[in-house]
Amino acid sequence: MGEQARRVGEVILAVERVSLSFGGVRALFEVSFDVREHEVRAIIGPNGAGKSSMLNVINGVYHPQQGTIRYLGREYHDMDPHAVAASGISRTFQNLALFKGMTVLDNIMAGRNLKMRTNLLLQALRIGPALREEIEHREVVERIIDFLEIQAYRKMQVGRLPYGLQKRVDLARALAMEPRVLLLDEPMAGMNMEEKQDMCRFILDVNDQFGTTIVLIEHDMGVVMDISDRVVVLDYGKKIGDGTPDEVRAKQAVIDAYLGVSH
Amino acid sequence: MAEIPAGLDTFPKLLLHHARARAERPAIREKDLGIWQTWTWQRFADEVRSLACGLAEHGFKRGDHLALIGDNRPRIYAAMCAAQCLGGISVPLYQDAVAAEMAFPIQNAGITHALAEDQEQVDKLLEILPQCPSLARIYFDEPRGLRHYAQPQLMDCDKLLAIGAEALERDPAFLDVEIAKGAGSDTAAMFFTSGTTGVPKGVVLTHAALINRAKAAAQMEGLSDEDVVLAYLPPAWIGQNIFSYAQPFVTGYCICCPESSETVMSDMREIGPTYYFAPPAVLEGLLTRVSIRMEDAGSLKRAMYRYFMDVARRVGGAILDGRPVGAFDRLLYRLGDLLVYGPLRNVLGMSRVRVAYTAGEAIGPDLFVFYRSIGINLKQLYGSTETSVFVCIQPDGQVKSDTVGPAVAGVELKFTPQRELLIRSPGLFKEYYRNPEATALAKDAEGWYHTGDAGYFDADGHVKIIDRVKDVGALSDGTLFAPKYLENKLKFFPFIKEAVAFGNGRDRVCVFINIDMEAVGNWAERRNLPYAGYVDLASRDEVYTLVAECIEKVNLDLSQDRELANSQIHRFLVLHKELDADDGELTRSRKVRRGHIGEKYGALVDALYGGRQVVHVEAQVRYEDGRTGMISADVKIRDAKTFPAAAARKAA
Repeated sequence: MGEQARRVGEVILAVERVSLSFGGVRALFEVSFDVREHEVRAIIGPNGAGKSSMLNVINGVYHPQQGTIRYLGREYHDMDPHAVAASGISRTFQNLALFKGMTVLDNIMAGRNLKMRTNLLLQALRIGPALREEIEHREVVERIIDFLEIQAYRKMQVGRLPYGLQKRVDLARALAMEPRVLLLDEPMAGMNMEEKQDMCRFILDVNDQFGTTIVLIEHDMGVVMDISDRVVVLDYGKKIGDGTPDEVRAKQAVIDAYLGVSH
Repeated sequence: MAEIPAGLDTFPKLLLHHARARAERPAIREKDLGIWQTWTWQRFADEVRSLACGLAEHGFKRGDHLALIGDNRPRIYAAMCAAQCLGGISVPLYQDAVAAEMAFPIQNAGITHALAEDQEQVDKLLEILPQCPSLARIYFDEPRGLRHYAQPQLMDCDKLLAIGAEALERDPAFLDVEIAKGAGSDTAAMFFTSGTTGVPKGVVLTHAALINRAKAAAQMEGLSDEDVVLAYLPPAWIGQNIFSYAQPFVTGYCICCPESSETVMSDMREIGPTYYFAPPAVLEGLLTRVSIRMEDAGSLKRAMYRYFMDVARRVGGAILDGRPVGAFDRLLYRLGDLLVYGPLRNVLGMSRVRVAYTAGEAIGPDLFVFYRSIGINLKQLYGSTETSVFVCIQPDGQVKSDTVGPAVAGVELKFTPQRELLIRSPGLFKEYYRNPEATALAKDAEGWYHTGDAGYFDADGHVKIIDRVKDVGALSDGTLFAPKYLENKLKFFPFIKEAVAFGNGRDRVCVFINIDMEAVGNWAERRNLPYAGYVDLASRDEVYTLVAECIEKVNLDLSQDRELANSQIHRFLVLHKELDADDGELTRSRKVRRGHIGEKYGALVDALYGGRQVVHVEAQVRYEDGRTGMISADVKIRDAKTFPAAAARKAA
């Protein structure tokens, strides 16, 4: 951890006083926090705390009623998903959003879509510059496949893979964009202990090797505390804690939110 | 086989020869980023030279040991040879061993230098560093995840190569002089035996022993530099080492390293090896997968498969052996080859296999016959680490399922009155490292190696091995009890992964069964049988019935054998957890440690013989990261149907 702390840079993404409600339901209320370049930043909280909503706001899927988001020095009221992706933020999904009928390789290649320069016709015909480009992209994808150790499943249909592996493919596709910031929505949900450990190792490796800034949501406290540099704690849409894992762990409001408190 | 000039008595000398004689021929292929990359013999030799000079710069000298920990990678094999160039000894260690298991070999051999494949292996070495003060240098091949490691012992292999290349440029003659100093009688490698009993022993093998045996077998099978081998078993196992190091060095053939241990099947199909080795467990695994896929296939395919496999069983072996077969059967077999056997060989990646061996454990006759009947020249061989593998090989045309063949050229064999097999061969080990007592026990004054295996010569002079001498026992009524023989018979069923037979000194035979999760899980799914996991599945009554049926078939078979009719299985239970090498229940090469299991699950054994129907058990399990946990379950015990010997004979 100490090694990584030294590499952490300036604030790259800042959320300021963001509020979001769906009709009468208040999902987020005046939440502010920042993310520094190269750090592993976790957003935790019990079920329904607003974690996924927060990610969707950053990602541009939800548009907050109030507040601003500062990304790379520019200020946004809300984000446009396509522009967000193009500016170097990619994400994975809690319930996976893979093309189940396509192979692992094709799914990850799809993640390179934004980087393709040749037009659709040339790509379809696989001639000239399109073929050269495909080979370049394939090499990047192969490095990711090697990195995430999914060589054995390259040609398999994603729908036929076990859940833990699908999660890894989802991560691979997000990485294929060579993102600057990676948003992970419950990357460890539904996994067994061994798969969780593998996933932790991959997340730390991605952070270490590519310097990718990582924002992750998790409700498994143990896992988060081990791998994060700083943690934001949400409860009922409000921020109740923010700091290093040790600081957060010691905070009474966090303990109450997780363990319940007698009224 | 291309003639190798005489006088090349060490592996480094052989390497230099190939780098001259077949510089541009492939020596090693490795699949990297989805593409097969080729190292020619020239490139291989260059790599070895640089590594050797780098090691020398780091104080590695004659008689030193270099530990190699990793999967099959070109670098691992290059480093083996690099150590030998300097008169050093390569010590490959099992890459799936836990850290604590690595401490003994490193202490025992006083290992100073080690090459680890990746972070996983480096972590293990760093963990045991306090107990292994001799370990001064750890090189790693794959730098991923190791960027922030600050330990002074660590160094990237690429850096070592650069240091070596620079040293080589400064003094190009140094290495040639070192290589020339080597002699056949020098120690080449040391292999730690998996230790079915007690602590592992370091088996010391000389260049002469390894080269002699590698050549003898290569000559017998007519291997050449056109052959291709897939290196997919641990390099620390003597078998893999012979096929992917010693034999390529005497013949010049090419070895291929799979992309990862999970991709072996598809890599094998891409490479199409011509020379293949697989222990029975691997062959069994392949057949299980084929059987499962066939059961899921459409009814037409299933019927075709059944019909033509019957044809193959009847005449396939005879056709492969060149024995006379009727014209109609020949035609049928040809048709079957087109429709079933050919595609099946292709799926298995065995279309080009010319010679295939199996060894390590006795192989079930049905399993053996399956591969031969579909036209794969699978043969048995007999050997061990102490004998540089090749002691017996079945020659083409003289293949039987229950023997391991006659002695290979150069080997003398005899049996003691207790039926123990003794061997004298140029391939015998020099000693157990720093263990003169064990050496004296295994190798007598006249140079006979005591194998500990029990067996006899059959009518054709082939060696037949039945079990370990110490395991062959007797039931309380004095009839022969060969536990491994029974276990192997059970393990042939795809549903049974492991079996442990008890009965020595008792009135009847009882067994522990380990179900095969993949096969039984699939079976359960097809019957809409819900289960939560291994423990749950293993305790289902339906599964017990399934296992009972398997056991009854074995009993029926045994009842027809006069010697073994009394060792029919009376009671059994299905274990609640898979037997695992990490828990000390199997050896690293997946052999059952019967004694240890009998002690660990003493309560279950007592229950088997005590007539109880159910027993509660708690057992410790060790996870891959070394932590331990407890697992508890209620294990049921069932009786199996046995057959009276005489009645069965009448029915048959």
